[in-house]
Amino acid sequence: MNTIKLMLSATALTSVVASAVAAETTFRYGFQGSLGSLDPYSLSETFTLGTLTNVYEGLTRRDENLQIQPGLAESWEIIEPTRWRFNLRQGVKFHNGNDFTAADVVFSANRVRSEGSDLKARIPTDAEFIAVDDHTVDVVLSSANPILHSEWHTWMIVDQEWTVTTDSVQVTTAADTSVTTISQETNGTGPFMIAEHTTGVETNFTANAGWWGWNGKAPNVDRVEFKTIAADATRVAALLSGEMDLVYPVPPQDIGRVESNAATSALVGPELRTIFLGMDQARDVLTYSNVTDANPLQDVRVRQAFYHAIDAVAISARIMRGQATPSALMLAPSLFSGSGAFERLAYDPELSKQLLADAGYPDGFEIQLDCPNDRYVNDEAICQAVAAMMARAGITVNVNAQPKAQFFARVLAAGGYDTSFYLLGWSPSSFDSWNVLTQLHGCRTQNEGTGPFNIGGYCNLKVDELAAQVLVENDAAKRDELIAQAYKMTTDDVAYLPLHQQGLAWGVSEKFSVAQRADNIFRFSLITAAK
Amino acid sequence: MSTDYQTNEAKSLLRRVLDSDIWYSFKKSKVTMVAAGVALIIFLAALLAPLLAPHNPFDLASLSLMDSLLPPSWTGMGDPRYLLGTDDQGRDVLSTILYGSRISIAVGLASVAFAAVLGITLGLVAGYMGGAVDAVIMRVADVQLSFPAILIALLIDGTISGLTGGVNREETAFTVLVISIGLSFWVQYARTVRSSTLVERDKEYVQAARLIGLHPFLIMLRHVLPNVMGPVLVIATINLALAIITEATLSFLGVGMPSTQPSLGTMIRIGNDFLFSGEWWITLFPGALLAVLVLAVNLLGDWLRDALNPKLR
Repeated sequence: MNTIKLMLSATALTSVVASAVAAETTFRYGFQGSLGSLDPYSLSETFTLGTLTNVYEGLTRRDENLQIQPGLAESWEIIEPTRWRFNLRQGVKFHNGNDFTAADVVFSANRVRSEGSDLKARIPTDAEFIAVDDHTVDVVLSSANPILHSEWHTWMIVDQEWTVTTDSVQVTTAADTSVTTISQETNGTGPFMIAEHTTGVETNFTANAGWWGWNGKAPNVDRVEFKTIAADATRVAALLSGEMDLVYPVPPQDIGRVESNAATSALVGPELRTIFLGMDQARDVLTYSNVTDANPLQDVRVRQAFYHAIDAVAISARIMRGQATPSALMLAPSLFSGSGAFERLAYDPELSKQLLADAGYPDGFEIQLDCPNDRYVNDEAICQAVAAMMARAGITVNVNAQPKAQFFARVLAAGGYDTSFYLLGWSPSSFDSWNVLTQLHGCRTQNEGTGPFNIGGYCNLKVDELAAQVLVENDAAKRDELIAQAYKMTTDDVAYLPLHQQGLAWGVSEKFSVAQRADNIFRFSLITAAK
Repeated sequence: MSTDYQTNEAKSLLRRVLDSDIWYSFKKSKVTMVAAGVALIIFLAALLAPLLAPHNPFDLASLSLMDSLLPPSWTGMGDPRYLLGTDDQGRDVLSTILYGSRISIAVGLASVAFAAVLGITLGLVAGYMGGAVDAVIMRVADVQLSFPAILIALLIDGTISGLTGGVNREETAFTVLVISIGLSFWVQYARTVRSSTLVERDKEYVQAARLIGLHPFLIMLRHVLPNVMGPVLVIATINLALAIITEATLSFLGVGMPSTQPSLGTMIRIGNDFLFSGEWWITLFPGALLAVLVLAVNLLGDWLRDALNPKLR
């Protein structure tokens, strides 16, 4: 039934588009990865969520400089430390014509915390949502949380009536391949609507002329077409040939080519994503190593030896061609005022050998490095370079590069953290250190919900304590001081081996200009057609 | 005495080769001689790679990232140590090509051998036994023939990788490639051998062998097989070129040899990412070598087919 309806509406739309094609502006773009389920609670991944924020909206949103702006909530205030009040925007309609009310917010708050949701951490489990009237919602917390709404720009509000009547209340998980209405169709309040969606291939959007944010003006573009183009060279070729108006990421080696072409230019900037290596410190014996009676990575000297063996400056300069900044911390320096006090351990293979010998491995050992090959910029090349560098310190690294689907399935919690040594990238979606301290460094064993992405199982109870204080500290200077203390511990422990912040590189046609956000989220409403 | 006998034997074998129709037709075709020469040089260079190559691209400790992406030395911007330049990891392109063609040829030969053994066995059994066995084997072959070989190879490769969970790619890649390419090429051998066997099995010498009570297995192996080998040789030669190309295709698609042990196809895949940025040497040299190698083997296969075809004499 649903498929037939979808097909009929798609045909109807195509004919409408065909008749009005002369006056339309269409914007076409390509990205390396694909868009799967359209359910906004399926997968907590930057690209999927970022794309859907053009269709659905949260109570807040972030502008091009990542500052929190009013979204579906016009304003909010903290009435008591544990009670927040959100005043909702009036007169907003979902794409199907339903009114947006407080009931939708309460419904969405429950659905995003229900079984199968990948975004449960957006809202504390015990927070209570109360609809005061049709356009006021109170959030009652069990303890103060000054950064409650910091990740809410990617928690999107769905229409209660539509979700219930289409039998879509149950969240479609990322692993679920069954077709539900909400995974194939959308009904948001945002500036664009999805007209056609072919999972993993292409998605077409049309402008929602009735969006409140247009402020009475006509939409900037009438139609947006998205295609997945996985191969780097093909993606760049599509831009150069004029088939695409925007492609990202542009691989570092092709930035010059895109710049030198008269009809295109490269938009580059620092991304907030930190690329790092993680080490299994939890198991007593490594799964993928020739050391079968101990876990050498539990010894801090071995972790230091790994660190000293890696020349992150050379990786940034050669593999990333200068489009990356070597990093000493697990988050971008612009997100923490005290980051200047931290420095990388020096590249020194001789010291590595010495440290390994001290730790009882004078001849090094063998270990497997798990690595995605289609997720981050030049990810597989980075892993290979790491293997070559560590070979000089006497450590034999076998690179196991896999597509992200298999890689994540093994390495993340769902696969039981099945790795000994891995490469990963992280950008805190709250743009704040607390996210990094709890999600990446929190002890997995302490209580459920901490350290979900702490794959290596690093655990320092003092860091957990500091993170808890960071969450409730309101004084900015004191808070930064606590964060600095926590980072001092994690870097002294060599919890991770940070490599670099990768650079953003978008290739844009001269026909349009776009706003590039440092979290790599692309907002259609900020496209402008060149005069 | 016995030594004389062996010398005579050797001499007569050489004599027989030099007097044969095949050698005559080989000498007559200049194209074939050139192709054979080129193929021989590439095979020898690949075999002797550890002796000939200026660097060992598999010795990770010898690589330096600071030497990466150097152009060929004659362009004036390169480094004299690297004649054909270096790739994105600082590997010498010339050495990597030598080692890479070694892997390509090894995968090609091994998968052809695998496909031939499998196809000949099934073809012999189908042709000699007939009946239900024949029907089953040939229907399976028909089904498989309706798919392109590369699709079958991708399917088998994907299945094996799925079963092993995709771990230890470096150790299993070679075997997985040989099995998946071999399994996708056995049908041609089976069909050819079966049809020849159908002709041979009713001949008098086979009936005689059967009469004296030889086991069917021995009859197939000792009596039928030698008489159906001619066409198999032709198919094997042409399939060698196909297998090398298939390996390159799979590696280019990223499901073949990993980039730490690059074959020619893997090198072309790596280089493909650098075509727009002007680092042409990473793709061009392995690509050219692959084209020349496959062309030479194909020409040899064509010539062998004509030389063994009685209708063309």
